[in-house]
Amino acid sequence: MNPLDLVGARPGAPFTVTFDGREIEVLPGQTIAAALWSAGVVAWRTTREGARPRGVFCGIGVCFDCLVTVDGRPGRRACLTPATPGADIGTQAGTGHDD
Amino acid sequence: MTERRQVLAVIGAGPAGLAAALAAAARGVRVVLVDSAAEPGGQFYRQPAPGLGARRPQALHHQWRTWERLRDGLATHLAAGRVSCLSDHHVWCVERDSGRFAVHALLGPEQREPASVRADGVVLATGGYEKVWPFPGWTLPGVITAGGAQAMLKGGLTLPGRTVVVAGTGPLLLPVATGLAAAGARVAALVESADPTTLVRRSAHPRNAVRGARALAAHPGKLAEAGGYAAQLLWHRIPVLRRRAVVEAHGRDRLESVTVAVLGPDGRPVPGTAQRLDCDTLAVGHGLLPHTDLADGLGCRLDGAGVHVDDEQRTDVPGVWAAGEATGIGGAALSLAEGHIAGRSAAARLNGTAPDPRSWAPAARSRTRLRAFFAELDRAYAAPVRWAENVPDATVVCRCEEVTAGAVREAVGSLGAGDLRTVKLLTRAGMGWCQGRMCEPGVAGVAGCDLTPGRRPLARPVPLGVLAAPPPPDAGTSPCPGTSP
Ligand SMILES: Cc1cc2nc3c(=O)[nH]c(=O)nc-3n(C[C@H](O)[C@H](O)[C@H](O)COP(=O)(O)OP(=O)(O)OC[C@H]3O[C@@H](n4cnc5c(N)ncnc54)[C@H](O)[C@@H]3O)c2cc1C
Ligand code: FES
Repeated sequence: MNPLDLVGARPGAPFTVTFDGREIEVLPGQTIAAALWSAGVVAWRTTREGARPRGVFCGIGVCFDCLVTVDGRPGRRACLTPATPGADIGTQAGTGHDD
Repeated sequence: MTERRQVLAVIGAGPAGLAAALAAAARGVRVVLVDSAAEPGGQFYRQPAPGLGARRPQALHHQWRTWERLRDGLATHLAAGRVSCLSDHHVWCVERDSGRFAVHALLGPEQREPASVRADGVVLATGGYEKVWPFPGWTLPGVITAGGAQAMLKGGLTLPGRTVVVAGTGPLLLPVATGLAAAGARVAALVESADPTTLVRRSAHPRNAVRGARALAAHPGKLAEAGGYAAQLLWHRIPVLRRRAVVEAHGRDRLESVTVAVLGPDGRPVPGTAQRLDCDTLAVGHGLLPHTDLADGLGCRLDGAGVHVDDEQRTDVPGVWAAGEATGIGGAALSLAEGHIAGRSAAARLNGTAPDPRSWAPAARSRTRLRAFFAELDRAYAAPVRWAENVPDATVVCRCEEVTAGAVREAVGSLGAGDLRTVKLLTRAGMGWCQGRMCEPGVAGVAGCDLTPGRRPLARPVPLGVLAAPPPPDAGTSPCPGTSP
């Protein structure tokens, strides 16, 4: 069993995004976090002080642990942001700005 | 001459907000329903994204009939132009504005573009978020909140990994464990630090008999639900470990295993009982906390962790109602009852009449029963008393600012901080992106201070350009796409 089968999902045609240069297949409607989880990726940010990896924690937009860089813009919450075809997603180091 | 219809802004489209919107719209008030999510439903009725084409979303849900009633009711009011829905609107502030209210939001996932709604009354139905006590390893990728795992599953139809441990305390762990298992995860264990079977035993104790038995007997449905979960736990072969806690999560760059230990009567792990469980996901939660920022910003009185309300669900600020988990944690059915009462009261008062509480007596009765039931549950699921002293100095307690328990203890010990605010100022704990929502209970516990809800005048981080600009035109009076006027 998987979640898609459980609810009898018939998703629209998948599309691709890149994550740190590698292509990932995404189902329409999935957030960036859902797309990355489905591809087996659970970390996409490193912290400012300890450079420790982080990913989803609260899943609902409250904790800001899931920040990611999308098309060059850092600080996007992966759990809220829908993945769009061709998006260039990258691990966010620290604040994502050169500081 | 036709008088302008009174406008009620309902913030939050979960069970409470939907019930309030339907009740008010049916009684002659124009409702603007505002939610940060893309679809109505809130946490309990979170729906899969439409693009995923789910034909049986109910497989991930309980009380689907109720959802169908809410959804269809909303569609009818939308079509009749009595309700408009502003989805993807993150409300950052509600302000009083010459006798009316201005609801200020940021649009979409970017949250840069502003939008504002003017209203004569406001219902705050913003729900809650999860509380997690810190423990070593809780910042590792693969460690997520229990509700977060559920939200990602219901909304994105995705699982964080293959082998999951569900841990912490509270009734939310049951639907999370059984939901993840039904969706194909192997749930290696449900680790519950309380022993909720005491709920039944406690009610048998003479001292608690009357209150406890009444709370339970009033809820055959709730007991059946608990019974249903028991059957599902068995069906999915999920071992339930009671009076135990995850004391550490292990892994280098992601979670690989957890250590579970038995908790003694004093709430401390019993030496020699540690057991290692392999897993790639830990879904952990220790209860929920109400979202109170918007209420606080309006000057509404808080009652403990939630917004204070009277029997009509009115806050102490005229024109502002609150319903559902924003007022205290009590589950979806209580949110529905409170939302219904708030909607009826608001409609009557905005139309200049005194409401008749007899007209919502059934909802008031469920509210009384469910509040008593959840008070009983709260006692049964009370957190292990000693968790704070079990947190080692090296453990990060503030996830955003990476402040350790040791730094918090130093602020209290050698620097003499006596309250949460001073601890924050000295350590930066709670000053990061999440504005302390995630770490406040943990920091307060480790510091030995009272948990006073943090003051967050802006419920969302707001771009400076938005703060400086004049307010945008009213977004609430135009019907939303797909609705006829
Ligand atoms: C992550 C999570 C998952 C949960 N999953 C379950 C579950 O599976 N089963 C269960 O029994 N209980 C679950 N719960 C408990 C749940 O809170 C209640 O059962 C129920 O959903 C409460 O209803 P409500 O209407 O009071 O609040 P909610 O359902 O939480 O609805 C509140 C709504 O307000 C919106 N909102 C909040 N702040 C703002 C703002 N500033 N601007 C705009 N919109 C805002 C939110 O987007 C949300 O849609 C979960 C709780 C959480 C936090
Ligand atoms: S996971 Fe918490 S904000 Fe995205």
